[in-house]
Amino acid sequence: MDKRTFGWRRWIGGALILAASMMAGAASDPAAGGLPVAAAGGKAASTADHSKFKELQGPFKTGPEVTKACLACHNEAGHQVMKSVHWTWEAISPTTGKKLGKQHAANNFCGSILSNEPRCTSCHAGYDWKDKNYDFTNQNNVDCLACHDTTATYKKIATDAGHPLYEPREMPKGSGKIVQPPDLTKIAQAVGKPGRQNCGACHFNGGGGDAVKHGDLDTSLIKPPKDVDVHMSPEGANLSCADCHTFNAHQPSGSRYAATAKDTKGLDMKHEDHNRATCESCHDLRPHKNERLNNHANRVACQTCHIPEFARGGIATKTLWDWSTGGKRGPDGKPLFIKDDHGHLIYSAEKGDFKYGENVRPAYKWYNGVVHQISITDKIDDSRILELNRVEGSAGDPNARIWPFKVMVGKQPYDPVNKTLVVNHVYGNDDTAFWGNFDYEKSIKAGMDYAGLPYSGKFDFIETRMNWFITHMVAPKEDALKCSDCHTRSEDGRLAAITDIYMPGRDRNGWVDLLGGLAIIGAIGAGSIHGIARILTRRKGH
Amino acid sequence: MSANRIYIYKRYERFWHWSQALLIIVMMITGFEIHGSYTLMGFKDAVDVHTFAAWTLLVIWAFTIFWQFTTGEWRQYIPSMKNVSAMVLYYTVGIFKEMPHPFRKTTVQKHNPLQRLAYLALLAFISPLIWGSGLLYLFYGNWAQLGIDKMFSLEGVALVHTAGAFMITAFFFIHVYLTTTGHTIFAHIKAMITGWEEVDEDHAPAATEQGRRAPGKA
Repeated sequence: MDKRTFGWRRWIGGALILAASMMAGAASDPAAGGLPVAAAGGKAASTADHSKFKELQGPFKTGPEVTKACLACHNEAGHQVMKSVHWTWEAISPTTGKKLGKQHAANNFCGSILSNEPRCTSCHAGYDWKDKNYDFTNQNNVDCLACHDTTATYKKIATDAGHPLYEPREMPKGSGKIVQPPDLTKIAQAVGKPGRQNCGACHFNGGGGDAVKHGDLDTSLIKPPKDVDVHMSPEGANLSCADCHTFNAHQPSGSRYAATAKDTKGLDMKHEDHNRATCESCHDLRPHKNERLNNHANRVACQTCHIPEFARGGIATKTLWDWSTGGKRGPDGKPLFIKDDHGHLIYSAEKGDFKYGENVRPAYKWYNGVVHQISITDKIDDSRILELNRVEGSAGDPNARIWPFKVMVGKQPYDPVNKTLVVNHVYGNDDTAFWGNFDYEKSIKAGMDYAGLPYSGKFDFIETRMNWFITHMVAPKEDALKCSDCHTRSEDGRLAAITDIYMPGRDRNGWVDLLGGLAIIGAIGAGSIHGIARILTRRKGH
Repeated sequence: MSANRIYIYKRYERFWHWSQALLIIVMMITGFEIHGSYTLMGFKDAVDVHTFAAWTLLVIWAFTIFWQFTTGEWRQYIPSMKNVSAMVLYYTVGIFKEMPHPFRKTTVQKHNPLQRLAYLALLAFISPLIWGSGLLYLFYGNWAQLGIDKMFSLEGVALVHTAGAFMITAFFFIHVYLTTTGHTIFAHIKAMITGWEEVDEDHAPAATEQGRRAPGKA
């Protein structure tokens, strides 16, 4: 709309629409909120039909063959991908300078990639990362199809170091179910922009299964109802992942390792760094009509009020993982697996005890974008619970805002003599892997030897916590937190743990309340006594 | 006993008084809810109503200040220690013996010396305390823009505002009680509604010329 053409008519029109929608009790038009209109769903028509390229006629037998064909035309793409975190699994923190990424950062889910590569790298944006000697410079091993398949038939299987099936295979073993390999030629001819299925194949299944890791990312986001995610719902904005996580030369924006805890720039279009992975990129800095709410955004992340609970899509997320109990066998001598009434595995001989949660209330913490991430080689303090990625921030820090987090509770092996976490060799068809031998003595020794890290030979288990900020599954505004969810004296208040601020409705000064209360009681008491005295001393006949 | 009536509270003054009374009561109720003392309409509504009432009262005050100065009524608040002891003696002793009230209202002197002191304390101390802290509270989000974010803390402002709220609430109860100390229980309230105060001729000192004037000519 051009302001110059419409001018006052827009105002009157707007007022009429507002009045009409109020009378009808209708929800306001999302466009009226002033959001820039994105290409919803990324369905812009392509200028090339890949099925007609002779380079893509195939037939292709392996993933790398397809990649070679892609790179014949897209001659920069391979080099771009090889610089991205999707390929390197390594990131240098812009705030602490520390080497992070899946290769270095410790977690309290599956553990370490080292010695478990073929299993873990099923989510690598490449092929064939089988061991620690992987060649990160071979562009033919970049996996184009994981992200650019539009047929939803391309699947990297869990155990083959990032490869899809190339021959029919019985999966799971002994089930009698033969799975056919995908038609790579057909897939290569139908490539397109990444959709939510592509990203979701790994990001919805982080930690080894649907919804396990993040809590705000799971397969319910493939087609969520509006109350689960207003942005991704077909009834809502119908955005795909990359509409916000914009890519520049194959580099994704919006990384956990380089988070923007407080966006001070606002609308993306103005500064054109093509990073739309903050709320402010589209909603700008003062999106509420109510200025008091806008002022809150200075100290409170949008997510805090607008994502009241995570894991809302009907799929439970893992909230606790206790490795220390792993390895139990049932009365029949076989490894023990126990499921709860909902079908969730609550005990696994391979992994220990689990707990799950749906519609989980987040924990709230100050966060300024700086994360103090423990890596596998760091000396740790084992006298208390180990926070694997402490988030930095306080009320006194102008760059910090209050953010919602999923706090993952873990208990995992460590070396009590060297005071480091350990590499646990879990996956592999050998006599040391924990998932098969159920012997930590052997599996940790094997893992540490493989990694080339010092190991005392002794292990114990340490309780750990991991902070996962919650930023997806934004709820409709009607479901946002209410003022009184935080502004309350109730111990159950959402921000009860944030104690370094004065919050009206929650905080008070005992002396002011005591003296003030006495003043009111004194005033009422004095009046009552005076009045009673007047009644008692009233002369008769008056 | 013949009663004489004098027109003591003019129309605007009565409007001011009762609208202010209503707004202050609303702000006391919502204010203590915001404080967390109880839950009545919910924090958000309490804040909205409290804020709206505050702005409304500020507008009324703007008119009232204008009115006070154009009519010269502001002089009613000039304090005087004269006869204060007589008032204290009346409220502590005389009232129980049904002794005459030591003060006669007139249109030029409608507040007794104790009232003058009390209202002056309200205007000069409690009001600035509440309005000052209240406006700071209201514009907390703009402190940085205004360059005052280093000068105040939200906690300090909130505590001063709360202290002021306790003071005005205590004042409110005493004020309401004292309305019953007229020659009948509701005499003062009636006067504040109608504007006309009944003056007891028997006890009245010579009423002033102004006091006898008919309404509209004052």
